[in-house]
Amino acid sequence: MARIDLVDLAHSYGGNDAPQETFALKPVTMTWRQGGAYALLGPSGCGKTTLLNVISGIITPSRGKILFDGADITPLSTQKRNIAQVFQFPVIYDTMTVGQNLAFPLKNRGVPKAEIDKRVADIGRLLDLEPYLNRKATRLTADAKQKISLGRGLVRSDVAAVLFDEPLTVIDPELKWQLRSKLKALHRELDLTMIYVTHDQTEALTFADTVVVMHDGRVVQSGTPAELFDKPAHTFVGYFIGSPGMNILPAEVKGREARVEGHVIALNRSYDNLPAGARIEIGVRPEFVDAIAPGPGLLTAKIDRIDDLGRIRFARVRIGEAKIAARAPAGFTGSDGNAGLKLDPAHIHVYADSLLVEGTA
Amino acid sequence: MDKTVNQKAWFLVLPVFLVVAFSAVLPLMTVVNYSMQDTFGNNQFFWNGVGWFKELLDPSTDLGGRFLASLGRNLFFSLVILAIEVPLGIVVALSMPRQGWTVAACLVTLALPLLIPWNVVGTIWQIFGRPDIGLLGYVLNHIGLDYNYVSNDIDAWVTVIVMDVWHWTSLVALLCYAGLKSIPEAYYQAAQIDGASRWAVFKAIQLPKMNRVLLIAVLLRFMDSFMIYTEPFVVTGGGPGNSTTFVSIELVKIALGQFDLGKAAALSLVYNLIILIVCWIFYTVMTNAGSERKPQEGAA
Repeated sequence: MARIDLVDLAHSYGGNDAPQETFALKPVTMTWRQGGAYALLGPSGCGKTTLLNVISGIITPSRGKILFDGADITPLSTQKRNIAQVFQFPVIYDTMTVGQNLAFPLKNRGVPKAEIDKRVADIGRLLDLEPYLNRKATRLTADAKQKISLGRGLVRSDVAAVLFDEPLTVIDPELKWQLRSKLKALHRELDLTMIYVTHDQTEALTFADTVVVMHDGRVVQSGTPAELFDKPAHTFVGYFIGSPGMNILPAEVKGREARVEGHVIALNRSYDNLPAGARIEIGVRPEFVDAIAPGPGLLTAKIDRIDDLGRIRFARVRIGEAKIAARAPAGFTGSDGNAGLKLDPAHIHVYADSLLVEGTA
Repeated sequence: MDKTVNQKAWFLVLPVFLVVAFSAVLPLMTVVNYSMQDTFGNNQFFWNGVGWFKELLDPSTDLGGRFLASLGRNLFFSLVILAIEVPLGIVVALSMPRQGWTVAACLVTLALPLLIPWNVVGTIWQIFGRPDIGLLGYVLNHIGLDYNYVSNDIDAWVTVIVMDVWHWTSLVALLCYAGLKSIPEAYYQAAQIDGASRWAVFKAIQLPKMNRVLLIAVLLRFMDSFMIYTEPFVVTGGGPGNSTTFVSIELVKIALGQFDLGKAAALSLVYNLIILIVCWIFYTVMTNAGSERKPQEGAA
C-alpha cells in the first residue's frame, strides 16, 4: 500500500531521442493517493496501457521517475515492485487447480502456508470461486478464468496497487455489471489502490472516484466524474465523456459575448485575455441546450433529425456548418424544420486551442 | 431427401483400389504368404503354418533368441535417445532467441542435420570416429581415452547414440520452439507480476503449453529410432559381435544374408505389428489429452 507519484514520466517506443510528438506517453507528473480507485480512460492507442505497464515495470520508461511512498522504484524489476496486474485476457496456469492458481503469487514470495490458505479462502469467497477451488482451472469458462486472474491480482494483501488492463473485455455484458460492482466492493473492503484502464466511459465512471482521461499520449484531465462532466478541461474530454458528447462550436469570443456563425451568444463570464492567434471554440453539453419553438432572442437552427432514446430525446440541429445536439421536450417536432435553441450561459465553456479558458466574473 | 443411386460411381474409386492393392495389400500378402512357408531354394516352398511365429517368440530357439535380443537392444536404444533428446531439445528451444535476425540463423543451423541423408550421416560419423584418421577418434585416443567403436561394445553404443542425438535433437528443438512461440506474451507478463522464478515459469507455463508438441516429438522420435537401420549399419554394421544389431539389421541379415524368407517374413510381420500397436497407443493418448481441454460449464 503506497502513494504513487509519477515525476515527469514519459515513454517512447522509438527511444528517448525520438521527437516528443511521437512519444506513446508524453511527460506526465501526477500523484495517485493510497486507497484510491482510479480509472484511466481514453480511446485505443492513447497510451493508457503504456502508462500502466510503466507503473508495473513491464516497460522501463524512457525518462522520468516513479515513486512509491517517496522511494524511487523506477529501476526495480516487476517482481520486486510489489504490484499486481490483471490483463485483458485471462491468464491461467493450466496444470494447477483454481486454488493453486490463486496461491501462486503468494507461494512465489515465500508466504507461510497457513497464511496462503487463509488468503486463498478469503479471495475465493469474495469472488464466489469457493466451489471450484479444487478443480482444474483449464476446464472453466472464460468468465471464471478471468475471475481467477482477478483473484491472483487481489490475493496479496501488501501490494502497492492493483492495476487492471481492461479486465472485463471478455466478459458477457450482464456479468460485467456484477463483476464491476464486485470490484468496487472489494476496493472498499480491501483498502487497495486500484487503477483501472478502460475505453468505456460507463465502466470508468461507475468504478472510479477519480477518472484520468488520456488523449494522444497525454493526460488531459483528472477529476471526479462530476468534474469531468461539468467542466471538461479539454475539448476531447467534453466530447469523449457524455452521450452524446459536448457540442464544440468554432466561435469568436469577445468580453461576455461569443459569436457563432454570425449569431451572438451571451456568456456568464468575461474573456478578455484570450491568447492571440489561438483557435477559439465554445463548448456546451447537450443537456444544457434546449430545443424549443423558434422565438425572439433564441438562436434559430435547422433540424436534421430527432433521436428518441426513450428516457430523453435529443434534437440534432445545425446553425450554418456547426452541428449541435440539444435536449428536446416530449412531442417537440420543430416548426417548418426549424427550432429555437436556448443555451444555459452558466454551462458554456470557452476553449483556446482545445484547452479550457477560465473567464473572469 | 432423394438420393440418386448410380452404381457407376464405383468406377471412380477403382483407381484408388488398384493403387492401394499394388502398393500395399499385394506386397503385404506376399510377406504373409512367405511367413507361413519354408524354402530351400529352387523356388520350392513347403507349408510351415505358424511354425516361424512360434519359434520367433521362443527365446530358446536361434531365431527367437536373436529376435528378442535385438528387440531388447532396440527398446533400450529408443529409451536412451528419448531420455537425451527430449530434455536437450527443450533446453535448446528455451535458449533460442525470440526475435531478430538470429532467429533465422538458429533455425537454419538447427535444420541442417535434418537435411542430411541417413547413410551420409552414418558415413560422417564412421569417419569422424575412426582412431586413425577421424578427428573425434584421433583426439580422444590422443588425450588418453581408449576409444574404438569397432572393437569395444560400449564405444560402439556411445557412437551410435551420440550420432542419433546429433542428427535428431534439432527436430525436438524445432517442435518445442514452435510450441513456445505460441505462448502469448501476457502469460510471461502475468508470471512476472506474480513473482514467478525462471523455474516456476517453465513449470507453470512453458512445459504445459509444450505438452502437445512434446507428445508429437516423442512419438516421431520413438518410431524413427525403433525402425533405425541405415546409420548404425553404416557405422558399426551391427557390431562388434551383435552388440549394436537392432531389429531391422537382424531382419536384413536373415532375409538377405541367409535367404531365410519364411523367418524374415514372420519377423517383419511381428515387427510391423509392434510398431502399429505403439502408434495406436500414442494416438489414443494424444487424442485423449486433446479432449480433456474442452471447457466445461463452470463457475459463472
